[in-house]
Amino acid sequence: MALNTAIVLRGVRKTFAARGGAVHALQDISLDIGEGEFFCIVGPSGCGKTTLLRILAGLEASTEGRVAIKAAANGRPLNSMVFQEQSAFPWMTVRNNVEYGLRLRGVAKTERMAVADRYIRMIGLTRFADAYPHQLSGGMKQRVSVARAFANDPEILLMDEPFGSLDEQNRILLQQELLRIWEESRKTTVFITHSIDEALCLGDRVMVMTAHPGRIKSIVTVDLPRPRDIAAIRTTLHYNELFQTIWLSLRDEVLKSKDKELAR
Amino acid sequence: MMRFAGASPLVRAVSVLSPLTLLVVWELLARAGAIDTRLFSSPSHIIQAFVPLLLSGDLLYNTAVSVQRVVLGFVAGAVPGILLGIGMGLSPLVRSAVEPMIAATYPIPKLAIMPLILLVFGLGEMSKVFTIAIGVFYLVVINTMAGVLDIDRIYLDVARNFGASRRDFYLTVAFPGALPMIFAGLKLGMGMALILIVAAELSAAKAGVGWMIWRAYDMFDIEQMFVALITLSVLGYLFSLLLDAVERWVVPWKQS
Repeated sequence: MALNTAIVLRGVRKTFAARGGAVHALQDISLDIGEGEFFCIVGPSGCGKTTLLRILAGLEASTEGRVAIKAAANGRPLNSMVFQEQSAFPWMTVRNNVEYGLRLRGVAKTERMAVADRYIRMIGLTRFADAYPHQLSGGMKQRVSVARAFANDPEILLMDEPFGSLDEQNRILLQQELLRIWEESRKTTVFITHSIDEALCLGDRVMVMTAHPGRIKSIVTVDLPRPRDIAAIRTTLHYNELFQTIWLSLRDEVLKSKDKELAR
Repeated sequence: MMRFAGASPLVRAVSVLSPLTLLVVWELLARAGAIDTRLFSSPSHIIQAFVPLLLSGDLLYNTAVSVQRVVLGFVAGAVPGILLGIGMGLSPLVRSAVEPMIAATYPIPKLAIMPLILLVFGLGEMSKVFTIAIGVFYLVVINTMAGVLDIDRIYLDVARNFGASRRDFYLTVAFPGALPMIFAGLKLGMGMALILIVAAELSAAKAGVGWMIWRAYDMFDIEQMFVALITLSVLGYLFSLLLDAVERWVVPWKQS
């Protein structure tokens, strides 16, 4: 693991004003994420995972605490986020969506085209490069958002359940592809997922969050060798031990959040 | 008729036959003396009046005059309407500054301010163009603002996350995102422009399709009046075809 830290969080708290009092989304989040680390976050739904990611993306301010993110080098963008919901611009073709970040930074057209083509090929949509999102399936649209973030070549990748809406075959393909790109670039990545399996296949560490308000429950180091083969890794004994550890930590929180939902 | 493109032959035939039937019934009633032809004329008399008006160039000249006023007024109303509408949609500050004025002045019938416009701009072309521009402006600004406000927040988040400047927000999110609503406003505005051209040509005009109607009224020339009315209807249809074509070209991603 890299020695330098890319992200430092100290005592981060986030409170939303709501009817009937404040809603505590995040509490006591103190955390270091290393440069080049693949950091996964799992937790029950509504635990504030997305809020944490939005704070890292600069889309939301923390109510309290310190958020320090390493500055980007040589004019590269600080971070790019892949949102959980459909976020490919409906008014742009697949190609224009993918090259969006490059266009905003004024990258020359020929270079933009080349980069976009490479990532469009990666997500398997070459035939649809000039199609509009409404002509694509939900999973294809999500792949466009992933390619848009990759093509932007940011210092930090923030991914909010990016593969959640994909079918299993496409999910495994994209996970493998994400791993390959990550091995090449060693980009600091913060990855939210509801799948323990996905977190173990991809991550260096997996953080389990508590049910509402979101706190850090545990952080598990995934000491599986790299480069990883997603199909092979699942059959190892150690993988199953790690799965057990994380599941035991997560189970109580999922049950707690279920109780709360019923109590409402 | 576009709407019937995929319809059965029967549906298409009915949509063509029903107006033709109406014309035939009109002609038969006129010939039988069942309607007062001094007021309602008949299709054959209207065609007889139409041919000389067309051949003399009179009709084309008056149509050209009106089309010029409509186009100039339409552009003069639509462009500021789009720009201000986007500004109001993106900035709560601009919105709170401008919206009360628009809300307060929108209900005033545009015809009611025509005398004021005539006093300000005189009897020339400007007063007619401005009347149309005002009518178009309100419909476009309101629809454009609604269009921007209606854009899903997620797209604004994406633009922010990718470091969009204020100009990028305008050009890559707000404007394209609001385009479907902008076109809804433009189409309503075009209908309004055709209403206002007739009113504007009532007073102090020396040419135009609207002027033809009022002159026919003065001279009790019912046939000429019907020729002008039909010309207006054809104009309206052609303008809406044009707007539809531009929309298909500019908004190819619109989901039908």
